[in-house]
Amino acid sequence: MSENKPAPAKKPAMSIEKAQKARRKFLHSAGLTGAVIGLSLLGYIPVTSAKTPRLRPPGALNESDFLSSCIKCGQCVQVCPVQAIKLGDLKDGFGVGVPHIDAREQACDFSCDAVQCILACPTGSLTYKKPGFLNIREGALLAAAPILKAKEKDAEPTLNLKERIGVARLARPESCLAVQGKGFKGEARSGSFKGKMRYMDVDRWKPIPVRDHPYDVPLCDLCVRECPVKDAIALKPVKGADGVERMTPVVLEPCVGCGVCEMICPAEPAAIVIDAQATWKEA
Amino acid sequence: MSRFTDLFMGMLGAAPKKPEKVSERVQKIMFLKYEDKDRYIKEKLHARAHHDVSHKWRNRRWAVLIATNLLFVLSFWLDIQLLEGSLTASRFAGFHLIDLNSALQVMLAHKHIIVNLFIGTFTVFLLWVLLGGRTFCSWVCPYHLVSELTEKLHLMLVDRKIVTDHEFHRGTRTVFWALFALLAIVTGYTVFETLSPTGILSRALIYGPGLALGWVGLLLLFEVFYSRRAWCRYICPIGLTYGAVGSISPLQITYHVEHCFHEGDCRKVCLVPHVLEVTVKGRASEETMGLGPDCTRCGLCVDVCPTGALRFEVKGLSKLL
Repeated sequence: MSENKPAPAKKPAMSIEKAQKARRKFLHSAGLTGAVIGLSLLGYIPVTSAKTPRLRPPGALNESDFLSSCIKCGQCVQVCPVQAIKLGDLKDGFGVGVPHIDAREQACDFSCDAVQCILACPTGSLTYKKPGFLNIREGALLAAAPILKAKEKDAEPTLNLKERIGVARLARPESCLAVQGKGFKGEARSGSFKGKMRYMDVDRWKPIPVRDHPYDVPLCDLCVRECPVKDAIALKPVKGADGVERMTPVVLEPCVGCGVCEMICPAEPAAIVIDAQATWKEA
Repeated sequence: MSRFTDLFMGMLGAAPKKPEKVSERVQKIMFLKYEDKDRYIKEKLHARAHHDVSHKWRNRRWAVLIATNLLFVLSFWLDIQLLEGSLTASRFAGFHLIDLNSALQVMLAHKHIIVNLFIGTFTVFLLWVLLGGRTFCSWVCPYHLVSELTEKLHLMLVDRKIVTDHEFHRGTRTVFWALFALLAIVTGYTVFETLSPTGILSRALIYGPGLALGWVGLLLLFEVFYSRRAWCRYICPIGLTYGAVGSISPLQITYHVEHCFHEGDCRKVCLVPHVLEVTVKGRASEETMGLGPDCTRCGLCVDVCPTGALRFEVKGLSKLL
């Protein structure tokens, strides 16, 4: 194998042909280096132009810290009992292999009781306690540890979660059944829906498909009823445009942004959605 | 320079050199070999005729590689929780294991190391110090297996003169290693992981395929039609990281000059032929020589050698056994 650099002066001069070959090899190698580095930097495009932030698993660091610290192993995916966590693809650039949650498809309902994705994370991308040098965004910090309804009667009813991953918002009040004063009967989502959820009245430990748990309620309150966190959402009366008093879901401070309300909402598209990575703002 | 430094520099991209001093014992062996030309040729032909072409090491290696990756897949799909995660980071029966290069990229990008990250990295570090060199490459990496198969296609096309192999300078891999480390520090993102076919393939096997497989496909096409094994030879920083860590490993392939006829079959099948430079006539300075840190311990040369001049050995142990 020939060397790139010119031969030392004391050796006989390289033949022109050999020198040309070495030069070509050097240029090719430089070209290869440029091309591969250039391609790898394309990963910046999706990161800088991300228009809709993604919902990250519980305990996720702030987005850029999250992307830099995630080792893309998927151990969080493996421990999630409802398979809520999905990994990013090449179109996510540097976010390839980084976990996210699509709440409408499968929300995090804390079936695990202990945010095991955080426990599984080997690099601290998901963490119970942020290291001091990473800033906490205003409004991301929860006022108190969220109380998990399923654990309410346990000695330790709270989730070890300090920051919210998003905030629920009634995005389409006009399509909200409660606002319309309507009840709801049947499956919350269409029969082909694959999402699963843990129902306390069925089995606290075993999540079942949402389609296997039909409802019959005089006034739709599915988002409030199924919210896994205590006092995160409530139905409150509002006066409609027609002067009639109706009920509307109101998101409260304990909301962690898990996405159960968005998954369970029977309206299509969902009347209530999670603003991923959003922080709490007093109305 | 010592032999170790020479080998290390060779891994970084330096061209192999002729030995400055050949030991007396080797000079004697070489003299005896060529003393009687007829006998030499006869012995050579005899060795060839009696060589059972075996795929012993290749088969073992494929079995280990497939089993390891399958264990990842089955652990998730059957939920047996034995080997959780993927090749970038995992837990084996609860023990953290973290790929050295991925760990390095994350540490440089995030600039913060938690206990689990350290434990996993250290465990894997010890493991590959013992197992040696780039054993990870040929015995674990799924991209290695895929590109080993497409390499055959490339060699067939070269044979029929449909394509030509374009060689790059091996030093590019060292440049890539430094550039990707620098990019991680400067950008704060694990830039290399976006392209790493090892991570992409491992995740695709375990969590299902995605667009990223398209990139792996493009790489393979590049290797088939343009440059033999380009990713492993000239780009992948994972290989260099493991090579550096395993450079002091006791497990290696050793070359025994006495048995060698210098026909070069080994260099033809080798992914990193520069480590086999010692098998060229006149390049061996000692009777037995380890192949150095860039060797992936794939065993293809061991399988192909008709005279048993290349063997898997544990340093110091072969004399005891």
